[in-house]
Amino acid sequence: MKPPPFDYHAPETLDEALALMAQHGYGAKALAGGQSLVPTMNFRLAAPSVLVDLNRIPDLAYIRPASDGGLLIGAMTRHVQIEKSPKVLDKQPLLHATMPKIAHPQIRNRGAFGGSIAHADPAAELPALLRVVGGRVKAQNARGSRWIPADDFFQGFFTTALAEDELITEVHLPPPPAGSGWAVEEVSRRHGDFALVGVMAVVSLDASGRCDQARIALFGVGDGPMLASTAMGVLRGERLTDEAIAAAAEAASQKDVDPPSDVHATAAFRRHLVNVLVQRTLSQALARAAGQEVKA
Amino acid sequence: MSQRIPITLRVNGVTYQREVEPRLLLSDFIRHDLGLTGTHVGCEHGVCGACTILFDGQPVRSCLLFAVQADGHNILTIEGLAPDPDHLHPIQEAFQDAHALQCGFCTPGFVMTLKPFLEENPDPSDEEIREAISGNLCRCTGYDHIVDAVHIAAAKMKEASS
Repeated sequence: MKPPPFDYHAPETLDEALALMAQHGYGAKALAGGQSLVPTMNFRLAAPSVLVDLNRIPDLAYIRPASDGGLLIGAMTRHVQIEKSPKVLDKQPLLHATMPKIAHPQIRNRGAFGGSIAHADPAAELPALLRVVGGRVKAQNARGSRWIPADDFFQGFFTTALAEDELITEVHLPPPPAGSGWAVEEVSRRHGDFALVGVMAVVSLDASGRCDQARIALFGVGDGPMLASTAMGVLRGERLTDEAIAAAAEAASQKDVDPPSDVHATAAFRRHLVNVLVQRTLSQALARAAGQEVKA
Repeated sequence: MSQRIPITLRVNGVTYQREVEPRLLLSDFIRHDLGLTGTHVGCEHGVCGACTILFDGQPVRSCLLFAVQADGHNILTIEGLAPDPDHLHPIQEAFQDAHALQCGFCTPGFVMTLKPFLEENPDPSDEEIREAISGNLCRCTGYDHIVDAVHIAAAKMKEASS
């Protein structure tokens, strides 16, 4: 058998699950979709002594409108449900466009929204999406719950602000700002592989057509999903001409990232990709903000 | 003494009751405990797609599920696909017709992935087919003949349902 032994619990209510997490603490892992956790266990990179399977809890999978016009997504909502949801297409088209880029259809049938965010893979799409849209995570333990903004949630390589007895139960995505446009681009060696570099951008324009705010999230190039802060500063208050976009891309690739070299790509190639993909996403986001159709 | 958990599940229309250790992967349960060796095991970390089965009708990697998670669920493997011992499923026939396999190791995973895909998309484009099979690796065919087979299968399935 591949994975190391563990004790298995399949609670049927959230309260039971939270009690199990409180009881077992550090040795316990929540099993959501399992599409990252199980491979890690098959490789024996992870050896939790207890698994708390969340798949038998019925009321953790939903997509609901939030009071601010955004979306509330239950932690156990499968990727495929989000991909096919008309509500997501309508309220958060960036999320709709991102879903098919995540792994393969078989993985998306099983993978869970909250699980992917809790796993916090630096090359994964959903953590970057949470940062670029300024989302929040609802973390719950047996004593209560708290909301954690995306900017505080991701704390480094596979590390989040979740305490050992906390579960993500829900994620809040605010509505896109008025007059904004979005884009997502990634480069991977094979279709469905983790991105060598991925970029998401959300750009909003003021009444005069200048950039009110640009948010740019990068994935695959750092120890977690990151914002290209220098590049974002370069664009604020500017007209998004080709020159301004090129300057932002240059800033992102030279100042905002210090990418790793590995067997998949050199640091120089990743820097190059950051530059190209920031330009592409900003141009597409700008076009969408101006009301033009852009093929996703 | 490790934990053993009783499970009851349906595989290819047959109900099985077994006791399993929690860490037993569903792929290994299907092959070793049930003897259904048509489900192949390649990478065992969710990349190759050889172990794809239908879990309540949806294609999933059986190497990324524990057998204990299948308790109460309905599973279809490649052995349950053909209508009877003398006839193949149209997708299997199409793979034969188009020479969509060479060594055959990846084939059960492709076929199981394609069954719900073609039921939902009776007339797919090349691009849609390639997206649908993107999670299944084949090292022999170069995929072109597989795409051909999917078109043939789509036509056969449409004919059968009309």
